[in-house]
Amino acid sequence: MNDVLDVALRLLVVFAVFLVLPLVVGQTEHKVMAHMQGRLGPMYAGGFHGWAQLVADGVKFAQKEDVVPKDADRRVFQLAPAVALLPYLLVLVAIPIGPSEGAVGQVVDAGIFFVLAVMGVGVLGSLMAGWASANKFSLLGGLRTAAQLLAYELPMLLAAASVAMAAGTVSLPGILNAFEWWWLPWQIVGALVFFVAGLAELQRPPFDMPVADSEIIFGAYTEYTGLRFALFLLAEYAGIVVLCGLTTVLFLGGWHGPFGADGLGWVWTLLKTALLAFVVIWLRVSYPRLREDQLQKLAWTTLVPLALAQIALTGIVKVAIQ
Amino acid sequence: MIPAAQAAAEAHGFLSPTGVEIAFLLVGLVTLGAALVTVTTRQLVHAALWLVVALGGLAVEYLLLTAEFIAWVQVLIYVGSVVVLLLFGLMLTKAPIGRSPDADSGNRPAAVAVAVAAAAALVWVVVDAFRTTWIDLDGAVQGSTKVSGEILFRHWVLPFEALSVLLLAALVGAIVLSRKKKEGER
Repeated sequence: MNDVLDVALRLLVVFAVFLVLPLVVGQTEHKVMAHMQGRLGPMYAGGFHGWAQLVADGVKFAQKEDVVPKDADRRVFQLAPAVALLPYLLVLVAIPIGPSEGAVGQVVDAGIFFVLAVMGVGVLGSLMAGWASANKFSLLGGLRTAAQLLAYELPMLLAAASVAMAAGTVSLPGILNAFEWWWLPWQIVGALVFFVAGLAELQRPPFDMPVADSEIIFGAYTEYTGLRFALFLLAEYAGIVVLCGLTTVLFLGGWHGPFGADGLGWVWTLLKTALLAFVVIWLRVSYPRLREDQLQKLAWTTLVPLALAQIALTGIVKVAIQ
Repeated sequence: MIPAAQAAAEAHGFLSPTGVEIAFLLVGLVTLGAALVTVTTRQLVHAALWLVVALGGLAVEYLLLTAEFIAWVQVLIYVGSVVVLLLFGLMLTKAPIGRSPDADSGNRPAAVAVAVAAAAALVWVVVDAFRTTWIDLDGAVQGSTKVSGEILFRHWVLPFEALSVLLLAALVGAIVLSRKKKEGER
């Protein structure tokens, strides 16, 4: 009975994190963008810095009418937001935030594979939305999403494989246990490839061609309103949390820090994740959107060779130090 | 057969199933149902989406057989890449919403015959190979990443290398074919 309670408690905590952290990232994005671009936006709701604007937005989304276009494929259209959002919840279960055994939702033996496999499923939601909306802009957005995913899945996998080679295990807590500080310079190329490919998979700027508002309105999500649209937005922010958490765990040493790794390991994990999330927001504000051909070129001619070179380097160093 | 597995088989009967066995059977039924819908539905994109259900069900079956690594690779390759490629193709050719009246060709009887023959051969091979082998769920994990890797690279290296050469040949072939077309256009 105690085991059941333990599992239930862990899942509850993961669910709470899943509900809170994406919203925190969303709110941070509003404020960071506002200050970086000198357009302050809503500053009145709730008093201090307009902190309650997020709540107001939530209420607005909940009140809007849920419209399904007449020619759309009803069931697929309505199912798509759930397919886009749920995989990120599943991924969060496997990410360890601290050194102790209790600091991970569920230890998964083939952790890296689990995480990357389930993250890939989330894109099906965008594809379903793009096709089922019966809208040419949505269809174009869906096509671009698929092309982007196919191009960036490979470098992401290769970069993750490099870390797995270095650690000699594919379990996420196992990788963290094997981590040493000099992995940081050793795996830095892989880290960059992983992070950039992850950004592209989330369709975040500068890789937001699939939702380019000046060309195809909002891509696959054009026809969505109200709560279903909010779910897609939430999926994007949950994706940021997952990507930053994963990069932290795989490349930045997770709960390792200059001091206090035993008691305060989870603080290090959260700090590094938050820092990466800030970089994600920063990139959105400061980089122009890449064109479709530039996107494909970056993936196939830059990221894939870089990832392969990283794997070769990892192999050489691994053999040399043994 | 390993003695431990033999002992496990003797201790098991078909009339007192455990929870895992019931789950295995139920997921198997769902997978079979999804696969049947995949090949019978007249809506092309729905067929691709039902294929996701069937492939996902198969991954769950691998999980229940303790082959965790195989299960996640199944999701990664088939659901994450093959189905996305399939959907990409369908969207590129503007698969209509609703039924496609021309989705059936006249080859239905031949296709059914081939499918039934292939299914019969596979079921026969699997049943013949594993007959009464039971997985000991309480003992050491038999399908973990480590075990799979060791077996693959110690006992099955040659087939593994042969497969990779085959894939390389396919890759080179695809490049050659796509180049030839361009020259013809000129």
